[in-house]
Amino acid sequence: MALQDLCNFQDFFLDSVTTKCSSELFGKKTGCDYVTGLPFSNSTSLFNFYIPVAEYLAENPINFGQISTIESSSAVSSEDSFLPSLPTSFPLSSSESVPLPFPMSHGTTTLAFMFQGGVLAAADTRSSCSGLVACPASQKILPIHSHLVGTTSGTSADCALWKRILARELRLYQLRHGRRISTGGAAKLLSHMLHPFKGTELCVAATLCGWDGGEVDGGAKIKMTGCGTSVDTSLETASLAKTQSSSPTIKECFSRKRSSFSGPSLCYVCSDGTRLQGKLFSVGSGSPYAYSILDQGVQWGLTVDEATSIAREAVYRATHRDAYSGNCVDVYHISSKGWTRRKREDLKEEYYREKERQERRRERQDVTPPQ
Amino acid sequence: MISSHSFGDNGKMKDYHYTGPVEHRFSPYAFNGGTVLAVAGEDFAIVASDTRLSEGYSIHSRDSPKCYKLTDTTVIGCSGFHGDCLTLTKIIDARLKMYKHSNNKSMTSGAIAAMLSTILYGRRFFPYYVYNIIGGLDEEGKGAVYSFDPVGSYQRDTYKAGGSASAMLQPLLDNQIGFKNMEGVQHVPLTKDKAVQLVKDVFISAAERDVYTGDALRICVITKEGINEQTIALRKD
Repeated sequence: MALQDLCNFQDFFLDSVTTKCSSELFGKKTGCDYVTGLPFSNSTSLFNFYIPVAEYLAENPINFGQISTIESSSAVSSEDSFLPSLPTSFPLSSSESVPLPFPMSHGTTTLAFMFQGGVLAAADTRSSCSGLVACPASQKILPIHSHLVGTTSGTSADCALWKRILARELRLYQLRHGRRISTGGAAKLLSHMLHPFKGTELCVAATLCGWDGGEVDGGAKIKMTGCGTSVDTSLETASLAKTQSSSPTIKECFSRKRSSFSGPSLCYVCSDGTRLQGKLFSVGSGSPYAYSILDQGVQWGLTVDEATSIAREAVYRATHRDAYSGNCVDVYHISSKGWTRRKREDLKEEYYREKERQERRRERQDVTPPQ
Repeated sequence: MISSHSFGDNGKMKDYHYTGPVEHRFSPYAFNGGTVLAVAGEDFAIVASDTRLSEGYSIHSRDSPKCYKLTDTTVIGCSGFHGDCLTLTKIIDARLKMYKHSNNKSMTSGAIAAMLSTILYGRRFFPYYVYNIIGGLDEEGKGAVYSFDPVGSYQRDTYKAGGSASAMLQPLLDNQIGFKNMEGVQHVPLTKDKAVQLVKDVFISAAERDVYTGDALRICVITKEGINEQTIALRKD
């Protein structure tokens, strides 16, 4: 209930662009209003953020230029929408206007790559907070649905919450349209949801790894009898103002899209607006080290075991050299059947095994005399 | 706590060398100190906190515990800025009541944790300066601890220390409860009495080394019979 009211997202793309005060968008509410407004609010803003507006602040945290006074401090009206366009004066302030007395958690190594067996995603598990390890066993790879997994990098709170919102939106899409959204589509959705917060200190850098399937979701009432009939019912349930004449063309589009692509897919989304599709990504403070291992070993024809060992190796080397990465490694494999998770492995053991191997190598060199 | 010094503590005295004119802005935050600890066992959970409320070099109160009872099976410990702790607990209480009235049942610990995460994230751009730890029993009756950061990132743990002495206590808990960084030790499951004794010892150590922790220790032990509170004296200096 709470998340639903906080993150009301239904009319995001359908709302007409208005020039209303953006403060209403972000629902300037105090703590108490927040409580009373919730059960009855029908706000459609994405998230009711509380933005401090006191005069002592030199600049506003989300400086869209209009947060001075608002007409109504009651529940946000239903015509609310996102900002129509970027305001004219938009200082990309990197400093926070409310100086935070605590640090946020940052620093990581995550990587993902495509190969013939699907997509492999790996990440370390250390969550650091300016010098202190806040959590040695955090989860940086979050499953979003059965065939989509996202790696997270940046502030852990931001990543966790936005992933949750994304999972909710994807589920709604699936229920409305009867099929899972593609990875590229999910990436676009996430990128557009994060766009209003560009310039604020929100920090999310995620790679979405998924398998775009041709099969329709078996749970819904729409069955894969034939493209025509199934598309029809889904259109009727989902669309609002589609006329009969336009549906045949849309049917064609649907069937064409259906048969077009099925396979692994990898997308990188960043809160600064970057959205890239690719075959190999590594994100985080340890990414340069991971890239060097991956560039050496990754090719399309790898088996699942080979790919897993390369991913593990890359994270291991990155954790060895990067102070902000460490502890354990999580490996997820996404194939046409969905995602599977490998047991979390402590890299301390790997370090000792490596040392043993080096010892044995040195012993062998001592035994055979150099010639 | 070491890292809090770098964040412009209001009550701190200036250094003695002159660096030039410095503009002081009003900071809406203050650091009131205090340490909170939670441990989850097989069928119990413990939430403990000290009771000192300080600001800068002064002590405002020696009897301000930081554990707040939420339901019959959940206790939350909040440390950081006392004003935000009070408001946050009021909001949580109100939301619990709302849930109880609409759904005719109490919120489970996991649900409270998820709700708190969204409450905290709603203030992503002007955060509650509170380090929360929730301790309680989950639906199966097992102990659960959920630890949060000030903006809502959370996860379930077996033990966690938060607040001013957290950096000192967490390694000790890792060693004694998690049996980490020890070789050849048998992993014995923690009993309730041993856990309570451990918590007392741990806080005594914290009071020795952290100036913001001391005065008294409030321990809440949560079992299926209910919540049992005890208060133990700590160093008052």
